[in-house]
Amino acid sequence: MFESLSEKFSSAFATLRGRGRISESDIDSVAEEIRLALLDGDVALSVVEQFVARIKERSIQALPEIRKSTNQSQEIYSIVNSELVEILGGPARRIRFAKNPPTIIMLAGLQGSGKTTLAGKLALFLKEQGNTPLLVAADLQRPNAVTQLTLLAQSIGVPIHAPEPGNGSGNPVSVAKSGIEIAKSKLFNVVIVDTAGRLGIDEELMRQASEIKSAVSPDEVLFVVDAMIGQDAVRTAKAFEEGVGFDAVVLTKLDGDAKGGAALSIAETTKKPILFASAGEKLTDFDYFYPDRMASRILGLGDIATLAEQAKRAIDGDAAKRLEEKFVAGEEFTLEDFLEQIQAMKKMGSMSKILGLLPGANSAAMRKQIDALDDDELIRTQAIVQSMTPTERKNPKILNGSRRSRIAKGSGRTVSEVNNLVDRFSAASKMMKQMRGGNFSGGMGLPPAMAAGMPSLGSPVNKVPPKKKSRSGNPAKRAIEEGR
Amino acid sequence: MGLFGSFFAKFSRNKATPEDIDEFRRVLIESDIGAEFTEEIIKLVEKERAEVLEEKVTEKILGSLSQSARSIELKPAGVTTILVVGVNGTGKTTSVAKMAKLFKGEGKKVLLAAADTFRAAAVEQLSTWGERIGTPVVVGKPNGDPASVAFDAATKATSEHFDILIIDTAGRLHTKNNLMEELTKVRRVVEKVTPIDEVLFVLDGTTGQNGVTQAKSFMEAVTLTGLIVTKLDGSTKGGIALATERTLQVPVKLIGTGEGEGDLEIFEPSAYVADLLTQP
Repeated sequence: MFESLSEKFSSAFATLRGRGRISESDIDSVAEEIRLALLDGDVALSVVEQFVARIKERSIQALPEIRKSTNQSQEIYSIVNSELVEILGGPARRIRFAKNPPTIIMLAGLQGSGKTTLAGKLALFLKEQGNTPLLVAADLQRPNAVTQLTLLAQSIGVPIHAPEPGNGSGNPVSVAKSGIEIAKSKLFNVVIVDTAGRLGIDEELMRQASEIKSAVSPDEVLFVVDAMIGQDAVRTAKAFEEGVGFDAVVLTKLDGDAKGGAALSIAETTKKPILFASAGEKLTDFDYFYPDRMASRILGLGDIATLAEQAKRAIDGDAAKRLEEKFVAGEEFTLEDFLEQIQAMKKMGSMSKILGLLPGANSAAMRKQIDALDDDELIRTQAIVQSMTPTERKNPKILNGSRRSRIAKGSGRTVSEVNNLVDRFSAASKMMKQMRGGNFSGGMGLPPAMAAGMPSLGSPVNKVPPKKKSRSGNPAKRAIEEGR
Repeated sequence: MGLFGSFFAKFSRNKATPEDIDEFRRVLIESDIGAEFTEEIIKLVEKERAEVLEEKVTEKILGSLSQSARSIELKPAGVTTILVVGVNGTGKTTSVAKMAKLFKGEGKKVLLAAADTFRAAAVEQLSTWGERIGTPVVVGKPNGDPASVAFDAATKATSEHFDILIIDTAGRLHTKNNLMEELTKVRRVVEKVTPIDEVLFVLDGTTGQNGVTQAKSFMEAVTLTGLIVTKLDGSTKGGIALATERTLQVPVKLIGTGEGEGDLEIFEPSAYVADLLTQP
């Protein structure tokens, strides 16, 4: 998201890196670069000015220390980093559950910021953590917002309270109230109230939101903000703070390339924490917001923590253990294991998203490579492996011409693709052996499936024209297929 | 003294003070017209004499804009086809409905196509609008192929002699290559039946500098002919509209100014610039 911002920071720091000894004027020029980069990143002017002033002050103060350091630009880097983390909200905050359930969460925000989708994502997120959420459709304004939430609720298997069809009729306050009653009597432990979007100055809707708020007294009012918002972010946030009042911020559409300066502006001016980050159209593309990780991303340091966590979430514990045991015992790495890895990776999300979390992923050259990645490659690879018999998967050496052509037919791919996969696999398992022997020297340390499963990164070999894909009728499934 | 009076009157002496300039810079930056263009304008402010400042700044901004026509030209015969595109949540469906209402008011026969088959209930949203305005809507199956809905609509529009066909598409982030390709396909498939006359990019007026990047990607995918800027009734100044038009040289044609069906206006650059430069 902060791509261009981090690119600019990188270039600002690159000039520093070349210097032998940093002077005050060097700091001035880096500060100026940072100022422009932040403005281009839609950070509010007042916030930019304060931020840059603090960076300058701290850097100049620390100049004697910095000069002693062997890596001077690194020192300034860490000053910028810690300031960023501080503005973005210090340590990550978690949702506050009520002492006496249900915990009531109310969503408010501008039109089109993504409230309704977010309601679905939040419900799924909470459900996965063992809660029993209830969705309440209190956006009775936008045509078919109620229908949209109902469909979302169905697809994630979360109950919904939607007594009014919406489209401009019905009383949202009483909908919200009756939703809470139902939650109490049926023992739901979390209630998520979706409200109508509004423009900052729309007093009518603003009043409606504060009426809902006082009627249900929520434990958390979440202000939902589109990461692409411009300088108006501060005005809007302030208007909401005054008109409705909120406890925390949720950033949406972080999967675009918007620099997301709104995150900085809103956090700094309202002093409210950013609680969640939503990136992607898949309902699972949702997580707590981590200020330190975000700061690293802004600075182009990559987001390894998120990557590791996603991997942990996706790879099922037993499978990982089994694989590890095999590895230690010196057993052969088979295509069965390979298949398991592919499936785990698919659970982690699209390849381009995974790679986007790596350090340096935001450089223009790397981005181009990542954009060129074909996420369907994994699906095709999986199809090929699944068309093999168990014996073949265990012992790929027996794959002769006729077996290969059968596999090609079975998976709907070409024989040369099958050949290619087998070659890549044997290269990968050779690599595994070397790793075991302690000869592994470098590379990114990707698991073999990652290394073997993505031939299109950097090499245009084996480029098959995309075929017309069948679409799944299930929206969630289709989103996965399309890598949204 | 004109509309900018309130602002430029401050420069009473021959030269603006550094404080005046800072203030002016703040107004420009906070309007989202972009840091780079702001600095260009500031250079002008530092150079010019006070009495011609207003004129020069206006000239500079207006001169940077597209010279293309801002109206949506309807074909004298046959169906005029309009494709509406944009990222998620900018107000595409609402803008489509407003346009339909506008043309219907002019006595035209309008057909709508709900080619947003992805977002839950988007089709229903447009259908509801269609009922309110009294225009037929061609819909597809949920999660069906948007290109096929567009194709069906184009076929219906030509065979049943509609004057105007407006195709609503699913919001998509410009960074998703596969979705941008899907859009290119919609265009290609429709053009097998009838040429597309306008491709309008819906830009949320509250968007920051990313708006330009968005528009560039859509320009590459489907060649835009105009912009619709929405949500200008909020507190935003919508300077991103100027920044986008200036960079792409694609004119802003329509602006959304409210939640009512009739709240869609033809864009007037000079009035807009005057408004932009007036202090909040």
